Amino acid sequence: MRTTALIGSAVSNTFRSKTRTILTILAIFVGAFTLTLTSGLGTGINAYLADTVSGVGASDAMTVTKPSEDAATLPGAGSDEPAEYDANAVDTGIPGQSVTAMTSDDIDTVEGVDGVLRVDAQRTITPDYVQFDDGTPYTATVGSLVPGQTTVLAAGAEPDADASELQVAIPVAYVEPLGFSSDDDAVGQTVTLAITDAERTQHTVEATVVGVTEEALASPTGQSILTNEALGDALFDLQSTGLTAEQADRYTSATVWFDPAATDDEIQVLKDNLADEGFTGTTIADQLGIVTTVIDGIVLVLNAFAIIALLAASFGIVNTLYMSVQERTREIGLMKAMGMGSGRVFTLFSLEAAFLGLLGSAIGVGIAMVAGSGISAAAADTLLADLPGLTLIAFDPVSVAAIILLVTGIAFLAGTFPAVRAARADPVESLRYE
Amino acid sequence: MSTPIISVRDVHKSYGRGQNRFDALRGVSFDISEGESIAIVGKSGSGKSTLMHILALLDVPGSGTVALEGNDTAQLRGSRLNRTRNKTFGFVFQQFFLTGSNTVLENVVLPMKIAGIGGAERRRRGMAALEQLELADKAKNKAANLSGGQKQRTVIARALVNNPRIIFADEPTGNLDTATGAVVEDILFGLNREHGITLIVVTHDEDLAARCDRRILIRDGRIVEDSRAEVAA
Ligand SMILES: Nc1ncnc2c1ncn2[C@@H]1O[C@H](COP(=O)(O)OP(=O)(O)OP(=O)(O)O)[C@@H](O)[C@H]1O
Ligand SMILES: [Mg+2]
Repeated sequence: MRTTALIGSAVSNTFRSKTRTILTILAIFVGAFTLTLTSGLGTGINAYLADTVSGVGASDAMTVTKPSEDAATLPGAGSDEPAEYDANAVDTGIPGQSVTAMTSDDIDTVEGVDGVLRVDAQRTITPDYVQFDDGTPYTATVGSLVPGQTTVLAAGAEPDADASELQVAIPVAYVEPLGFSSDDDAVGQTVTLAITDAERTQHTVEATVVGVTEEALASPTGQSILTNEALGDALFDLQSTGLTAEQADRYTSATVWFDPAATDDEIQVLKDNLADEGFTGTTIADQLGIVTTVIDGIVLVLNAFAIIALLAASFGIVNTLYMSVQERTREIGLMKAMGMGSGRVFTLFSLEAAFLGLLGSAIGVGIAMVAGSGISAAAADTLLADLPGLTLIAFDPVSVAAIILLVTGIAFLAGTFPAVRAARADPVESLRYE
Repeated sequence: MSTPIISVRDVHKSYGRGQNRFDALRGVSFDISEGESIAIVGKSGSGKSTLMHILALLDVPGSGTVALEGNDTAQLRGSRLNRTRNKTFGFVFQQFFLTGSNTVLENVVLPMKIAGIGGAERRRRGMAALEQLELADKAKNKAANLSGGQKQRTVIARALVNNPRIIFADEPTGNLDTATGAVVEDILFGLNREHGITLIVVTHDEDLAARCDRRILIRDGRIVEDSRAEVAA
């Protein structure tokens, strides 16, 4: 029997007992549907995280801070004892965690650490407000992109680091309050930034809006406005008016660049070296690590449920085919009497099982993709409206194909049990009158 | 005389063992020449079907030999055995063994499908066989919806579609009324006469047996009578 004829027979045999086939397919469908949705959930969330990684920073960079004294003696935040006042302490924004400001000397030290290619010091700039065209002023924090960082843009472009013009990108949330009619409308307009120096004198700076940034989950800048180098310098100079150079040179953190080809072990060595000098290095992976681990864990558990559903479905396949073999004893006997080999009989029944699996999984995956897209769209407008750019359930062709293959494979394996029985059938026994 | 197409020598077959051992065949020997029509008759349980299964290479004898054109069939194994059965034999059973949910044509082309013959060729030869049995108009019907006589004619079409040299028929008319049975008999003997296909019929029906060239009577697993018809066809 030719293979094509065998496949054709397998397919048409599948539709012979329609009710039973449909019920079996339904069972497989449930498993494939669940598996597709859960893995889609993993894909969607992890893709979103991967997107935001570049927003947090380049993968060959780490953030270096100087932990405050008590944090060093009492590792792990959340001490109940009151902390002694430290004039150099900088609030990290995370309750209970503070770092000591880094000085130019510290930056030099970090630069000298083995494995450090380059250091970018991060200044703290605290403007008073941002205002457009004499409208309502709004408080704002300032962030800047280090080379290699990107941000998700709603309109316009990122501030040009090399431009001498004072450029700024404002978050989406600021567009309407400031008085712009749309994201695109904001691009090209001039806003006023106010900043107060150490002598309590307020200065203002005019800057051109070049872009509107989306609010991203792991963005380092969050709701802060993004400045280019030139604007950052201008604001910092105004803020430092009246301070000595030593007082002005205070940095919250520094970005350290290392060899992009560095292995995990080499990165760990670099961290240890920094720790010896009294600094803490945190890579993007460190920052996202826990989140990814948690999400992977959840997806794994969900996938496990889907697999259980599939296993249940595979018993359905075994049952369906055993019944089918039972019913078709005569037919099998006849085919063998007519010279069909046991191997071909086995293949025929295995193919029927695989076809059931293929059908169930294709339908399951198809409907899951439609449902998943619908759920994502609905969630994006309601539950997850605060996380633009997140597609809750995403599908990549590789994992979709993998699911179909997996389910078909499971079905095939389940089918081998009844197929062996069919292959072993003795034609004489099968053809005996009842 | 040419080599017999089938030659049976001292064939024994027993089922079960020990206390339950039952000897279904106890030393059967005979030759079948090509183009003969043979009736195997005997009481129920005498071993007719057992003998037929051994002749058709569906079962192996406990001892003794079955030779096909002088070649010992004990040497035939696996795919060679399957190919021999597929090419040489056609089967007609009392119970038809048609797949009811498949069409008449699909049932008829099954042996060719097993032989690995292409779809177009299958269809052509399948239709030709149905034509021969005046069933062409039923080709697309489901086999389950046929009358008994039509079913048996479908089975005969299936048996001859691969141009077999021997057709085995186990009670071919057992499930049919006399008139329909007579039609089926006519077809079988027609094939025997016109195409020289060797016909081996297992039957209770003495009238059917009488139409054969030769009649082998079996009792308790032994041949007790082997007679040729007085008037040669
Ligand atoms: N698989 C088996 N196990 C045990 N005994 C068997 C088996 N097959 C056949 N027999 C016995 O062998 C004997 C011959 O059986 P067989 O089917 O050849 O009879 P038969 O002549 O064809 O009868 P009938 O005319 O009723 O079809 C019977 O007594 C039957 O019970
Ligand atoms: Mg019998």
